[in-house]
Amino acid sequence: MALKFKKRKRTGGEIPTASMADIAFLLLIFFLVTTTINVDTGIGMVLPPPLDEQEPPPVNARNMLKILVNEVGQILMEDKPSSVALIRAEVKKHVTNNGVDPNYSESPTQSVISIKTSSQTPYESYIDVLDETWMGYFEIWDAEARRLGYPDYVTYAASLGEDDVNEVRETYPAAISIAEPDPQN
Amino acid sequence: MGHFSKKSGVTQDIPTASLPDIIFMLLIFFMVTTVLRENDVLVRAQVPAAEALTKIDQKRLVSYIWIGPEKLPGNQLGPTAVQIDDVLIDDLGSIRSIMYRKLQEQQKLIVSLKVDQTSEMGIVQEVEQELRQAGTLRINYSTSRYVQ
Repeated sequence: MALKFKKRKRTGGEIPTASMADIAFLLLIFFLVTTTINVDTGIGMVLPPPLDEQEPPPVNARNMLKILVNEVGQILMEDKPSSVALIRAEVKKHVTNNGVDPNYSESPTQSVISIKTSSQTPYESYIDVLDETWMGYFEIWDAEARRLGYPDYVTYAASLGEDDVNEVRETYPAAISIAEPDPQN
Repeated sequence: MGHFSKKSGVTQDIPTASLPDIIFMLLIFFMVTTVLRENDVLVRAQVPAAEALTKIDQKRLVSYIWIGPEKLPGNQLGPTAVQIDDVLIDDLGSIRSIMYRKLQEQQKLIVSLKVDQTSEMGIVQEVEQELRQAGTLRINYSTSRYVQ
């Protein structure tokens, strides 16, 4: 058999590399964009210093808004059964009362919100209550900032310098007290 | 007037053959240096959602405490455990000294509590009592953004 293999004609089989840089750039940009360094968010609190012999100063009963959360997440507000949805309005009413209603606080600087939980309270219910309480304060601050001529509290806080006094928080200081747990038996 | 003599036809292209390599080097540099320092979380800490959020801008001030049911092999969940850094804490009383030491290193320490939403307040309160004893009073209940 005189079958001759036909020699293929060799063509320059090169991969075009001109677009390689673009591909790599795309990859680079993709990684730069998708690498989100997630910012931690949460509800900030400051714990009270450890108790010593000194008892904390007594708070006038009318200045204290007591919120109790029980084992199944039910809420008792000022000894009356309540719900999470009612907390925000009640906090606002309590703090901004300025001595008008004898059942609520005398002044914003004296008012205290006390949250008490039992040891079986689900954490989620506690956070719900705490969140609503903070939202009550946030809305008070927003209203106060608007009164001062800012669109909202965040804008006001951002406009403050390092040494400026935050007047909104000075007028309506957030006083949320996490009650001491009952002594374990 | 004489014509401008045409420049000689020498091409002056910048060689682009090495450009991909340079870019790849950059890419690899970014991929390697972007260290997402994730702690190995040994407990399930599904944080609850909330609306009244504050951001922690300075990450270097933050120290984490995880509280939640311990992850066991085979998607099982064990009893509630507390984790600091990479280890589970057996004795809650030791949190005091751990956090006190951290506070000495960083005076403005913020403790971020990543607590599972199904946990009970009892253990959270115990940890908080320890934190008060240690003097690390700035805490942050880690929560995700509430989506309606």
